Amino acid sequence: MDFDLPLIWAAIIAFAVLAYVVLDGFDLGVGILFPLFPEKHDRDVMMNSIAPVWDGNETWLVLGGGGLMAVFPLAYATVLPALYAPIIAMLIGLIFRGVAFEYRWRTKRAEFLWNWAFAGGSMLAAFAQGIALGALVQGIPVEDRAYAGSWWDWLTPFSIVTGIAIVVGYALLGATWLVMKTHGDLAERARAIALKCCFATVGAMGVVSLWTPFLEPVYLQRWFGWPTAIFSVIVPLLVLGCLYLLITGIRDRHDAQPFVAALGLFVLGYIGIGISFYPYMVPPSLTIWEAAAPEESLAFLLAGALVLVPIILAYTGYAYWVFRGKVDPEEGYH
Amino acid sequence: MFESFDATMLARMQFAFTVSFHIIFPAFSIGLASYLAVLEALWLWKKDEVYLELFNFWKTIFAVTFGMGVVSGIVMSYQFGTNWSVFADKAGPIIGPLMGYEVLTAFFLEAGFLGVMLFGLNRVGPRLHFFATAMVAIGTLISATWILSANSWMQTPAGFAMNEAGQFVPVDWWAIIFNPSFPYRLVHMVLAAYLTTAFVVGACGAWHLLRQTAPRRARTMFSMAMWMAAIVAPIQIFAGDQHGLNTLEHQPAKVMGMEGHFESHPDGAPLVLFGIPNSAEKRIDYAIEVPRLGSLILKHDLNAPLAGLDTIPDELHPPVGVIFWSFRIMVGIGLAMLGIGLWSLWCRYRGTLDTDPWLHRAAVLMGPAGFVAVLAGWVTTEVGRQPFTVYGHLLTANSIAPIEAPAVSASLLAFIIVYFFVFGAGTFYILRLMARLPRDTMPELDEGPIRTAGAAAHGPASAKSHGAHHGL
Repeated sequence: MDFDLPLIWAAIIAFAVLAYVVLDGFDLGVGILFPLFPEKHDRDVMMNSIAPVWDGNETWLVLGGGGLMAVFPLAYATVLPALYAPIIAMLIGLIFRGVAFEYRWRTKRAEFLWNWAFAGGSMLAAFAQGIALGALVQGIPVEDRAYAGSWWDWLTPFSIVTGIAIVVGYALLGATWLVMKTHGDLAERARAIALKCCFATVGAMGVVSLWTPFLEPVYLQRWFGWPTAIFSVIVPLLVLGCLYLLITGIRDRHDAQPFVAALGLFVLGYIGIGISFYPYMVPPSLTIWEAAAPEESLAFLLAGALVLVPIILAYTGYAYWVFRGKVDPEEGYH
Repeated sequence: MFESFDATMLARMQFAFTVSFHIIFPAFSIGLASYLAVLEALWLWKKDEVYLELFNFWKTIFAVTFGMGVVSGIVMSYQFGTNWSVFADKAGPIIGPLMGYEVLTAFFLEAGFLGVMLFGLNRVGPRLHFFATAMVAIGTLISATWILSANSWMQTPAGFAMNEAGQFVPVDWWAIIFNPSFPYRLVHMVLAAYLTTAFVVGACGAWHLLRQTAPRRARTMFSMAMWMAAIVAPIQIFAGDQHGLNTLEHQPAKVMGMEGHFESHPDGAPLVLFGIPNSAEKRIDYAIEVPRLGSLILKHDLNAPLAGLDTIPDELHPPVGVIFWSFRIMVGIGLAMLGIGLWSLWCRYRGTLDTDPWLHRAAVLMGPAGFVAVLAGWVTTEVGRQPFTVYGHLLTANSIAPIEAPAVSASLLAFIIVYFFVFGAGTFYILRLMARLPRDTMPELDEGPIRTAGAAAHGPASAKSHGAHHGL
């Protein structure tokens, strides 16, 4: 039997990036919402709700990056120079918010500083990721195994819209996470914010979805050509379904339903992008097979990934299980 | 030198800067994670509260260190793509899977169990909690294993072929992972991490002994650290010597630069103790040499001939001035560590380990020495690999991304500002945490008014940890 290793790896990398987007999405979202909760006690609870898991969430980003270099080195070597500025901005945002988790508890006088580092870093990282996504969707030129565009190609009206869309979307994930993990007044305000973010997210998704097919003829063909046009009907319908569950979940005061529905929205948006992209790794320049590493590399890492990824999912699930339920405001090791 | 500030030079500076900052944190967290696991094991085994108190004390410092290591590490994993994309494309099929395995086997393990280790004692109980601590410690060691395998492959590449696209293609993974310099490098680095941590812990203990705060905890950590120094420092010197012999075999130019041998010595090479390398004139100015000792150390024979840099084309010379000095700094600190270790043994024998103020002052002074030695060691090995990224096969100049100098200088400047601010603050907080070793607990207070006021159940950290082990 013959395995299409590049295709399998494209699916695994896609999964890693999706895992990153939804997991770090909600904890970045909590940071984005920080300015809306000015009280120290609320902020302590918000931070403690993600403190035990954020590091694991961010590891998926390292897998996405490191994995890309391992199995699609040419994609890694062309996308990253193309997105130089947004990537550096994202890294700096992640530095600030990452250290804030510990520093914030180590000082009273400078606490405001690390509150800003946490909120600002989260927003910067989210916005930069959205810009990067937009720039990737609009296409990256490659010649002779190297990026062939100029240094500000990533900055377009479209990429700014995707940047905003990601910030708003992460805020939605963060708000629904807080609905699930906190009590009382904090949860109540998170609910109100979640409702607003929900409409903003769907609006932004709509704009991006309608814009995308007109960026590249390939996308247009994919969305309005037969038989793939079936997806163009199914995906929006499922989005409406998620939207319904999200709104009723918030209205009927369910704890987990809004968060799950918001995750559903993200997964659908992601699938939508995947439909546009296939079979490209770097649209419109490199297909999955052109960007792939030699078979020996793909097979070697796949052997480990098939064993290790399920184990990782198991103990990651365990870590979430240990910290299940509402956050105890008095808890935290600090 | 300044006229060569092109994109390559700037990208090298950026890499050197970010990796130098980054290496500090793993060097500390590898050792500290193992130390935490040992402390928790001792607590579970001996049921002595002092170990739990030390565990909680160092756990907080570990959390801050680990956070800094994570964020500076993410920068590293993307820098190959932003600044060294040609290297990433060519060496990616080999370096990539090694780093991929690092993420899969180590990063997730550390991150997954770190949350349980930091926040979970009350939720999972002491035994599962110890398991989590052990997983974090093992994770740091696995991480070191993969990253040193990748780095060693760049130093002594093996098990590969080249394809038409100019990529390194894996042929034999066993040969790639266990490339000729990997075992030496791994042992040398892990021992360095243990020594670095031991000297930080020892300095902290010594400082509190000098100030007579928390005598029992300070005594315990000082004694543990000094055992480590006394046992590991000599092993490290031996491991370093073996590593040097391996480098002479596989990267002779690096050793020639480290030792300052511009010329070949057909009948016995001297050991240059000190001097000022003069790369332009190809000689060591003001050299203080011991005749034939170089041959004795490197070849174990007084009269063995030793080749010099004159046997290698000029354009393939490593920057001698840098590695000559960084190597001497590393060795000097190693010998000083050995000295402290032996001194502590002598004091222990005489029963003055806890009371000799001069030993304590020396230990405080040596607190940051491990970091300096680790940095000097990495400078020696990385700068000594120049002008190659993959030794003998891929020149650094041919590894650079198609980027423009202004973009690299802007990001370099941004990283310098951000790193000094962020990691400066982190260092300040860690030092303050170390200075605030809480007083020894006074058991009579446990049943006192604080507890009856109901504040202890969720009170400050010390009260909480008591809650935890009362529930055993």
